[in-house]
Amino acid sequence: MSIVNTTAAQAGPALPGAAPTGQAGRAVLSIAGLVKRFGSNTVLDGIDLQVQRGETVCLLGPSGSGKSTLLRCINWLEVPDAGRVLLEGEAIGVSTGGVVMGDGELSRMRTRIGMVFQHFALWPHLTVLQNVMEAPVHVQRRSRGEVREEARALLERVGLSAKHDAFPAHLSGGQKQRVGIARALAMKPSLMLFDEPTSALDPELVGEVLSVMRDLARDGLTMVVVTHEMSFARDVADRVVFMDAGAIVETAPPEAFFGAPRTERARQFLLRYSNGAAAGGETR
Amino acid sequence: MLSGLGNTVVLSVLGMAASLFLGALLTPVLVSRRRVPAFVALRFVDLMRCTPFLLLAYIVYYGLPSIGLRFDNWSAGLFALVLYNSAYMAEILRGAWMAQPREPIEAGLAFGYSGLRLFRRIVLPPLLLTAGPVIGNQTIQIIKDSAFLTIIALPELTHAASSIQSRHFIPFAAFIVAVFLYWALCLLVEAAVAFGKRLAEARR
Repeated sequence: MSIVNTTAAQAGPALPGAAPTGQAGRAVLSIAGLVKRFGSNTVLDGIDLQVQRGETVCLLGPSGSGKSTLLRCINWLEVPDAGRVLLEGEAIGVSTGGVVMGDGELSRMRTRIGMVFQHFALWPHLTVLQNVMEAPVHVQRRSRGEVREEARALLERVGLSAKHDAFPAHLSGGQKQRVGIARALAMKPSLMLFDEPTSALDPELVGEVLSVMRDLARDGLTMVVVTHEMSFARDVADRVVFMDAGAIVETAPPEAFFGAPRTERARQFLLRYSNGAAAGGETR
Repeated sequence: MLSGLGNTVVLSVLGMAASLFLGALLTPVLVSRRRVPAFVALRFVDLMRCTPFLLLAYIVYYGLPSIGLRFDNWSAGLFALVLYNSAYMAEILRGAWMAQPREPIEAGLAFGYSGLRLFRRIVLPPLLLTAGPVIGNQTIQIIKDSAFLTIIALPELTHAASSIQSRHFIPFAAFIVAVFLYWALCLLVEAAVAFGKRLAEARR
């Protein structure tokens, strides 16, 4: 595995994915030269991307374009083969000097990144409230009383005050995903990753989850969202990143991307969506 | 007879708790991607599952002293019981692990869990819930295996029944009482399993 030199904390030369502000110090997330292969198959082929504080970035692209893999490389659920990921200027996964991080150090960095999963991934043996409190209490070692108050407030924010003592198995998909969001927020992360948060939901439940996410974006949470909800991307994203075949093809504000995509591949992609071809085409 | 029953209960409870604990520690090794430890653990589990318990008890009590390891009958009995059944417990938990969805464990990693804490807080509880009935079965097996320890003169229930019948020449009465006492113990285990099932049911 060749992890490139990570001693330089600044992001180096201007990157194609960088937001106009460009100042590396303010980027919550900074990805450079990220490569991921599964066997001989290159899934991510040199990804550069920066996300500024308070920004909502939507990753769009056809299935298999590498969006989810990119998201999972950010918190090292997938170990990249090359490139670097910086969270608030600190390298994830590799310590200074290019040595792979120990489990403890990697885990500490992961607590600063919230993640919401496609299939919710709630802990089935814990109640809703316990799911939200679990990691703040047992990983971050915060006081139980304080965490409980926050967890209650978060569950109220996602509209689930009445479900504290329910187990995940007894919730609808939309409710599960809102618990998943509250659980991630309870860690007070500086970055939130959403991995197709509505793809496993029945159509009538998609709205309740998106409306929670809309509020979070409005409140200035820094979010990277892999999604196939074009209207969400159009309304909520500060920036749309379009991926195809393991590379970032186009980065643009949503008005520009949806109004006048610069590349042929993006045009084709949007055309397929507007024809409704995407209706049944998502991962189920 | 009652002291025999008491000893059987002590053996079974200690044997069950220690086997489950060691089995739980062994499980992550069984599913580990590190080949050498996984291979060794797998062979150990295989070997135990193919060894008659009686033979293992003989080896521990009569065999090991010849290589300089001498136990009294209590430690030998308990050691054999735990060694044997932790292999079964590990195998039971491994099976349950294979049937678990991967995502909640991934979520554990993403939320900063790793190593033992990940296993203890995130991986193990659902395993115990789903494997509860099978663990109960194995506990009953432990209770019955403990009867073999009569051959190393451990004064458990079967041993007590056997000495009563040889002293008073009442084989049928002595042994049938022992059988009913074993049955009573199994009913307790089944009650515990039913309780565990209710916990699991609420989460399903």
